[in-house]
Amino acid sequence: MKLEDLRKIREKAEKELKLREGKARVKIVVGMGTSGIAAGAREVLKAFIDEIEKRNLQDVIVTQSGEKGLSSHEPIAEVWEEGKPVVVYGNLTPDIARRIVAEHIVNGNPVTEYVIEVKEA
Amino acid sequence: MLAELSMHIMDIVQNSISAGASFVRVKIEQREATDTLTIEVEDNGKGMTEEEIKKVQDPFYTTKSYKKVGLGIPLFKQTAEHCDGSFEILSTPGKGTLIRATFKSSHIDLPPMGNLKDTILTLIVGKPEVDFLFEIYKDGVSFILDTREVKKELQDVPINHPEVIKFLEEYIDTNLKAMEVVS
Repeated sequence: MKLEDLRKIREKAEKELKLREGKARVKIVVGMGTSGIAAGAREVLKAFIDEIEKRNLQDVIVTQSGEKGLSSHEPIAEVWEEGKPVVVYGNLTPDIARRIVAEHIVNGNPVTEYVIEVKEA
Repeated sequence: MLAELSMHIMDIVQNSISAGASFVRVKIEQREATDTLTIEVEDNGKGMTEEEIKKVQDPFYTTKSYKKVGLGIPLFKQTAEHCDGSFEILSTPGKGTLIRATFKSSHIDLPPMGNLKDTILTLIVGKPEVDFLFEIYKDGVSFILDTREVKKELQDVPINHPEVIKFLEEYIDTNLKAMEVVS
């Protein structure tokens, strides 16, 4: 396995990107401060990444930020969708992260029992 | 508080990102002959003054306005010193910061490296705009991953594209397993 193998991926992906032409539809931001990491934020971030990779969701990006100031609810993630309020999830686990991808990102139904805040984008 | 060394690495790199770094180098070196494990995180962020270097090692200091304490660096320092190691911060305002922690490899309280693969992958994918250089050395064997080279191969395709993530995960996993850098 070599980095040169990325060329094949690039050629395939470039064709798909040309067809799509759009920017990301959804952005998931996971809080990664010290307390977030201690509470399992890395595993949550990895679960989001795994699910997006598995479902090949090319219009969804997962990113990270510093602490969000909601330490008692960590791990925390925000879901940003164009034209919609930002949904903040708390007390996450890898399993809940996978549910959020399936139910919220793919099917448009937020996983309400883990929503801790809804705010304007 | 942080159960794995790879979580400390993730945390210290997060500080680099918060300091505006566009490039972060992470070096992990394990030497059997000297019974040492060294972890370095170097960045080109905004850097710190002598006074700030002292303050960030104080657990009751933080740059964040919404919380009272900043534990990441003090915890890392405490772990290194507890494991018969050393800890230092070298920084120049406007140029960047180097944090180096050394541990006695055989110390009974040394935390496990933990899931280094996921730490590397989540950093790369979670901060696609930052360039990372990971250098891992273990008794003469090395694994170097420079995301600038990955991006060069990918050209216009983003490093957080699902197919690229899949490739990187396998690539990192294969190389770390070959070096026996496992938890």
